[in-house]
Amino acid sequence: MKTFRYIDGAAVLRLDVEACIGCGICVTVCPHRIFELPNSRAEIVDYNACMECGACATNCPTEAIFVNSDDGCGCAALIIDRWISKVIGKPVSSCSC
Amino acid sequence: MGIARTTYKVNPGLYCVGTPSEDSPVLVTANYKLSFDTLRFNLQGEDLWILVVDTRGINVWCAAGKGTFSADEIARQVKQANLDRIVTHRKLILPQLAAVGVASHELKRKCGFKAVYGPIRAQDLSEYMKRNNQADESMRSVTFSLGERLILTPVELVLTWKVVLSITLISLVSSGIVPGGYSLEALWGRGLFAIGATMAALLAGALVTPVLLPLIPGRQFWFKGALVGFLMGLAYQFLFLAEAHFPERLGILLWVTTASSYLAMNFTGATPYTSLSGVEQEMRKGLPFQMIGAGLSVVFWIAAPFLQ
Ligand code: SF4
Ligand code: SF4
Repeated sequence: MKTFRYIDGAAVLRLDVEACIGCGICVTVCPHRIFELPNSRAEIVDYNACMECGACATNCPTEAIFVNSDDGCGCAALIIDRWISKVIGKPVSSCSC
Repeated sequence: MGIARTTYKVNPGLYCVGTPSEDSPVLVTANYKLSFDTLRFNLQGEDLWILVVDTRGINVWCAAGKGTFSADEIARQVKQANLDRIVTHRKLILPQLAAVGVASHELKRKCGFKAVYGPIRAQDLSEYMKRNNQADESMRSVTFSLGERLILTPVELVLTWKVVLSITLISLVSSGIVPGGYSLEALWGRGLFAIGATMAALLAGALVTPVLLPLIPGRQFWFKGALVGFLMGLAYQFLFLAEAHFPERLGILLWVTTASSYLAMNFTGATPYTSLSGVEQEMRKGLPFQMIGAGLSVVFWIAAPFLQ
C-alpha cells in the first residue's frame, strides 16, 4: 500500500512497550504492516500508514495498544450524522455500508 | 444497502468443500454471499470445512468493524455445529481482516478452538495452507487496486440516489424562476442543464475520482474531488453551456466542483487506508468549502435570469 498514503500524523495509535509480551499477533493482523518485533518487543515502524482499523488493539492480549477506532466506519456521511447528533442530541442512525 | 443485505445472505453453519475428514482444516467466514462464493471458488480441489458465522449478510471487514463478526459469534457457531465432534484438531483459520472484530486470544477460552489468521485474500488461501499456514508479507497487506475501487463505485451511487433525486427535482423546479414569474420553458431549458451538472458531479466525484485515485494530486479526498469536479465542470460548460452568460456558468462550475468534492470525501468510508481521525480532520476543511461553494452556486443559478 505504498501507493496510497493518507494524512500524516492524523491517526491515533499508541503502543505501551512496557506492557508488551512480544506475542507478535499485532505484527500478524495489521493490514498495513505497521508493527515489527525486533528483540521480542513490538515496535511501530510506519505510524502514518495506520488506518485505525483496531485489529492490533483488539487482538493484543495485554492491552498494550490503543487505537482510536470508534466503531470502525469512517464515511463522511456518518461523521456528519454524529456531529449533528452531538449538537441536537438525536441518536445516530446506523451506517449503511 | 438494505436490499443487498437480505438477498445476499448464506445460512450460517458448517459447509463442506470436497470430501473433508476429521483432520481437515476449518475456515471461518461471514455469511455475506459474495465472500462465501469467492471463498468456495478459490478452494476448488481442496477438502475442508467452512464455518459460516452470522454477520447478518455483511462482508468480513464491515462485519468485524461493527462487532457482528466477533469471538462470541464464532464460539456460538462452533457449538451449534458440534464442531468438536466433527474434527479432531482444535484450530480455526480466520480471514485476517476479521481481526478487527475478533479477539483471537479469547476464542480458545470461549469454545476450545484456537484461532489463526489466514491471508487477506481468498485466492492466497491454497498457497497459505500448502506452506503450512504461513503467510508472506504480500498476503498480509491490504491492496486497493483499480478493480477493487471499481467494485465500490456502484455502492456509492446506490447510497446517494435519494439525495441525488431530491437535488435533481429541486434544481429542476428552481430553474423555472424567471423575472416576472415562473416559466415552464425555463424549467425545461435551464433545468436540464442543472440536472446535467449534477450528473457531471456524480461522474467526477463518485467514479472518476475513485478510479484515478492514486494519480490525482493531494492526499485529502475533498481536495481530490474538488480538483476533478472543477475540471469536469469546465468541460461541461465548454460542451453544453458555451452560450450561457457568466453568472449561470459560474453557478454550474461551483456546483460541479463542490458536489464532486463532497462525493469524493464520502468515498473515504470505502477505502482501506483512511483513518477515522484523518477523515474528521479533512472534513473540518472540506465541509465549509463545500457548504459555501454550494450555497454560492445556488445563489448564482437562481439570480442568473435576473441579471441578464
Ligand atoms: S489500527 Fe489497524 S492499521 Fe493501525 S496499526 Fe492497528 S492493525 Fe495496523
Ligand atoms: S500484540 Fe500486544 S503483546 Fe503481542 S506483540 Fe503486539 S503489542 Fe506486544
